[in-house]
Amino acid sequence: MTAKPATGIPSLLKTAFINALIALVLFSLMVGIRTEAGSDGQLTYWTRFGDLASLVAAVFGGSIVIELLRQWIGPTGAEKLVPPAVKSGMSFVGRYLAPALLIFTLLVPVIFYNQRYILDLAILVLTYVMLGWGLNVVVGLAGLLDLGYVAFYAVGAYSYALLATNFGWSFWVCLPLAGILAAFWGMLLGFPVLRLRGDYLAIVTLAFGEIIRLVIINWQDLTGGPNGVTGIPRPSFFGIPLDNSDDGLAAKLGIEYSPTHRIVFLFYVILALALLTNWVTIRLRRLPIGRAWEALREDEVACRALGINTTTTKLTAFATGAMFGGFAGAFFATRQGFISPESFTFQESALVLAIVVLGGMGSQLGVALAALAMIGGFELFRGLETYRMLVFGMAMVLIMIWRPRGLIGHRAPTVYLTKAQAISSDLVKEGHG
Amino acid sequence: MDYFAQQLINGLVLGSIYGLIAIGYTMVYGIVGMINFAHGDIFMIGGFIALITFLILISLGLTAIPVILLVVLLVSMAITALYGWTIERIAYRPLRHSFRLAPMLSAIGMSFVLTNYSQVAQGARVKPIPPFITGGYTLHESADGFVIQLSNIQIMVVLTTIVLLAIFTWLVSRTRLGRDMRACEQDQTMAALLGVDVDRTISMTFVIGAALAAVAGLMYLLYYGLVDFYMGFVAGIKAFTAAVLGGIGSLPGAMLGGLAIGLIETFWSAYFSVEYKDVAAFSILIVVLIFMPTGLLGRPEVEKV
Repeated sequence: MTAKPATGIPSLLKTAFINALIALVLFSLMVGIRTEAGSDGQLTYWTRFGDLASLVAAVFGGSIVIELLRQWIGPTGAEKLVPPAVKSGMSFVGRYLAPALLIFTLLVPVIFYNQRYILDLAILVLTYVMLGWGLNVVVGLAGLLDLGYVAFYAVGAYSYALLATNFGWSFWVCLPLAGILAAFWGMLLGFPVLRLRGDYLAIVTLAFGEIIRLVIINWQDLTGGPNGVTGIPRPSFFGIPLDNSDDGLAAKLGIEYSPTHRIVFLFYVILALALLTNWVTIRLRRLPIGRAWEALREDEVACRALGINTTTTKLTAFATGAMFGGFAGAFFATRQGFISPESFTFQESALVLAIVVLGGMGSQLGVALAALAMIGGFELFRGLETYRMLVFGMAMVLIMIWRPRGLIGHRAPTVYLTKAQAISSDLVKEGHG
Repeated sequence: MDYFAQQLINGLVLGSIYGLIAIGYTMVYGIVGMINFAHGDIFMIGGFIALITFLILISLGLTAIPVILLVVLLVSMAITALYGWTIERIAYRPLRHSFRLAPMLSAIGMSFVLTNYSQVAQGARVKPIPPFITGGYTLHESADGFVIQLSNIQIMVVLTTIVLLAIFTWLVSRTRLGRDMRACEQDQTMAALLGVDVDRTISMTFVIGAALAAVAGLMYLLYYGLVDFYMGFVAGIKAFTAAVLGGIGSLPGAMLGGLAIGLIETFWSAYFSVEYKDVAAFSILIVVLIFMPTGLLGRPEVEKV
């Protein structure tokens, strides 16, 4: 914790001792004493000095290790020279990583056909890849910090769930509708917040996300309140159901029915949706509107001075991002078959935002890798349900300190004279947007 | 009319608690320019520490209520302030000159850490305490039997808030530390050149903000008689709303905003619907930011190119 350069063993021990002392005070009551309400409503407590001692010892040992590491690595902020061989190797990997990943992803259902768990996990990862790419339009390209992205995910999910259960509309009709409705809500949010910037924008989007969630919880006639919507129909293969019946796809193709068919089908649906998001984003970046988004991110005042209409630029960014969120929401609803407000808490927004930022805002490949790392990491902690968010929060803080610009933090220019030269985003000074 | 008066009292008490939390937001935003997202959770930690200290003191056999209250107040302020200091040190200081999203995301991460830390350490269930401060005054009894009550705990919450606000205003306007804080708020580089220890001043800002949040946590515990690990999130957003409503960076504004949010929430619950009281508070935030981005007492921000 103390950043003073420690030179010898005594000062090292002194730092560690001070840190341990601070930890002792911090944890003394919260960890050393455990309270619980008894059956009669009376609070009881018992001591846990063993846990407290081990935590303090861990802080003591940990700060010695960190201090030694710091001396070993040397002062931070120094220019790190990368040997040319490593550099060319990195660029080689960088060039072929994305196609290789795509081919591997396409083959996942073939390789892991019999491993239901891996297929389910892959679908989950792809859902978050898609959400990340959708939010990337708003945060990464247009530079508008959105902490309520889950609201659009919820709008998409509830649009499909309600249309399908009340009117019996099919998934393929509802999917575009869910996207349009979410985009409409994106515009609705976009209008009032046009004049806001930075942190204010973040807080308003957060409030918006909470309002949507609270309305879903309380409007019980329409949404079923906290109980959610059940019995959401599964998607069909363009009208042909994927089930055991005589009209099912398996029967029509003359192959034996297996429940895995539906999982594989869902996998390719979400993969297609995610790739659509990616493709649209890449294409939009080459259009004037995409250029305007990036200009808005870099400097709003200069952007306006150059005659770019910031109103439409912001609104389209919100609407586009929200539309992809709506698609992902509709997919989520059809995959789960059941949705409730619990799936659309602020933690989801923060998770998607963490994916975008960890991926290096604006980098499509980075977002995909970050989603894989985050959701995969989450899975590792599945057994430790209560510790999961604790570790997630710590990881968020540590990643921000370690690499504030994310995994792939460079800016590839969209306009250039002779050759595209990517620069580190540390060199980019962002205006207020 | 009587119903209105009773709701007015309740709203003012709730508003005082929000105001105490809002001061922490507004101070940090004024100096560092970031939303300390974890501040609501600091308030929750303060409530928990107060609860545990209460339990220990009672099991030690102490019976004098004023002594207990004083000890609990001091202990929870001290430990919570240390939490504020440590968080600034670990999660915010390394990012002070980073790009603008970094400290905000770090703060969100820290908020998750604190919420889940107290869930892991103290369990997910709500922790109730028996009422310590009982009794009160009946101000007015109308013909149809409706009674306007002013309980002792309500008086205590409001009095504590007023005293703290007075001390705090004196601190900011009259002491060396307050002058340093105002200097850092205007221009950190210039303040450093003139001999102000910027790091220490920012640390002290977090310490004071956390101590005030701890008082708010104690008041919440006494007033509602319970704490749980999730109470920091909603209270934090509402207090931030209060800070924005009053004009972020302005101390009287934070208190005024806190009172306004407390009153709005109470009246909304009393006259419209309890379910939508949070929706009302959040909608107010959006409406205020649209029509009065600088809040009630804030200074308009001039953008320099």
